[in-house]
Amino acid sequence: MSSTRVEEAGAVLPVPTIVKPKRRNVFSRIFQNKIAGVSLIFLVLAHLVVFLGPLFWTINPEKIDPANTLSSWTAAHPLGTDDLGRDVLSRMLHGGRITLLVGFSAMVVTVILGGLIGAFAGYFGKLAEAILMRITEAMMAIPGFFLALVALTVLGKSPVMVVLVIAFTSWMEIARVVYGETLKWKEQEFVVASIASGASSFRTLFGHVIPQVTPTIIVASTLGIAGAILTESAISYLGLGIQPPTATWGNMLQNAQQFIWTAPILGVLPGLAITFIVLAYNFLGDGLRDALDPRHIKKAK
Amino acid sequence: MLNFLINRLWQSIILMFIVTVITFFLINLAPGGPASLMRMDATAEERAALTERMGLDKPVMVRYGVWLSDAIQGDFGDSLTSGQPVVKRVTERLPNTIELTLYTLIFSIGVGVVLGVISAVKRNSASDYSINLFSAIGLSVPSFWLAIMLIYLFSVILQWLPSSGVGDGTEKWKYLLMPVLILSTTALPTIIRFTRSSMLEVVSQNYIRTARAKGAKEWVVIYWHALRNALIPVISVIGVLIPRLLGGAVITESVFGWPGMGRLIVEAAQGRDYNLVMGVTVIVTLIVIVTNFLVDIVYSKIDPRVKNF
Repeated sequence: MSSTRVEEAGAVLPVPTIVKPKRRNVFSRIFQNKIAGVSLIFLVLAHLVVFLGPLFWTINPEKIDPANTLSSWTAAHPLGTDDLGRDVLSRMLHGGRITLLVGFSAMVVTVILGGLIGAFAGYFGKLAEAILMRITEAMMAIPGFFLALVALTVLGKSPVMVVLVIAFTSWMEIARVVYGETLKWKEQEFVVASIASGASSFRTLFGHVIPQVTPTIIVASTLGIAGAILTESAISYLGLGIQPPTATWGNMLQNAQQFIWTAPILGVLPGLAITFIVLAYNFLGDGLRDALDPRHIKKAK
Repeated sequence: MLNFLINRLWQSIILMFIVTVITFFLINLAPGGPASLMRMDATAEERAALTERMGLDKPVMVRYGVWLSDAIQGDFGDSLTSGQPVVKRVTERLPNTIELTLYTLIFSIGVGVVLGVISAVKRNSASDYSINLFSAIGLSVPSFWLAIMLIYLFSVILQWLPSSGVGDGTEKWKYLLMPVLILSTTALPTIIRFTRSSMLEVVSQNYIRTARAKGAKEWVVIYWHALRNALIPVISVIGVLIPRLLGGAVITESVFGWPGMGRLIVEAAQGRDYNLVMGVTVIVTLIVIVTNFLVDIVYSKIDPRVKNF
């Protein structure tokens, strides 16, 4: 579009009389929004702790100690032990790794699946559009967990399946958004020019249309990680997620209800961890939406 | 209007058809499908009985055809675990889920609209920010975990409310309170946000300026002129919320031992009761599609601008 051209030209040939836009890049625009900035910092720190922590805290998260179950917070076990005597701190760190990895991988698959379906439906139109969008609507009509339960029952419960099932039950929202955006962009002159100059459909789609949709996809991805983490935890609660002894924040809560009378504290930490991570991803997603919104950029000028 | 109705009806039927295709083939083509019930140690008779009952000797397309023609006549087969007809199992549980969802919807719309209006009228104030934070947390907290924390507070420590089950008579509300609150976390934030943005849009319209200019009191402008119009798009959100509430009911009903459709699908999945899984999923989706259809009709009746679809 013309606005991107103007920006590119502006970057090469700065015109002194024009006041520089205050918000220059996405990063500084994110930090304009205090909550999004704080969320980003929190997420970076949380990921560092979870992924580097196990290098320093080396207790095996799956080591059972029958003599030392449900111990309180001590120097040997700063966050105590669970019902099987396993170190809670170590399980929080290792569980966090899996949870965040599952969330991230599920988001990647979701975005690829939803993005391709939406883009193909929007770009090729006609039959592709009719079939793909009807399937999307049908999938949206089935309440999420019903579909997830059906899929997990017949597909099994390995980590890969959990990732695939989360993606399979959550790609529709992204497909619809990308579909709408693709419809909008494919009528633009530069896309028509690309087709007219003989570029193949795939080249036009991936070289010219998809790059325009990228900001939307980035926002959807950020919110998608949050959604995937929540879904993983709920699936785990129902006993259909990643199976113990492998720890995830979700399956650490699987027995929380059972131990509510004896050890309520066991259920608090993983739940808080999930809530804060999901909250931070949601805030970051909202912040990114504002930061990447072209209308926002114009306003700043 | 009639054209619109017929058009929407056709779309709903096609949608329902696709849903049955997706679910049926997902169940029957996946490695863990009905054929996996054939265990290695099954006797010849057991194999024969299962083959007979599930029609496993026929190709999957034929089985789908048989299932579909039965389903259209309201026969979803028998549950593999209890032997009762699937329809009977579903109709036993359905009223409980409808009750839970309905109370949740009423609560969420009531509270959500009020909070959304406050948020919009006092834009960028402390109350706007707190309401915003409240809905952000509602969207981010795992609902089953919040449910467990509430049970800990109200059932274990304070001992005010029962931790699970359904009650009747005057005790009923005690059993409903926590499940409704928990299920509301899936609906309330959406209604708040939607009311807020809808309200902000309406307040900037010319007819609101006119109302103010002619000297109407501020509360009359907000609650009579603005809110009436701002609520119209909120109706369309109900259509979006129904599938989410029914999905959320799976978790809520599991935590609180509420004997509804959500518990039923969990039980069916754990027992690998494929007929029941298939029946429950299709019937729940049918409810979603029918309510969406009704919401669309109500919407087009109320908002004169969308009459000519």
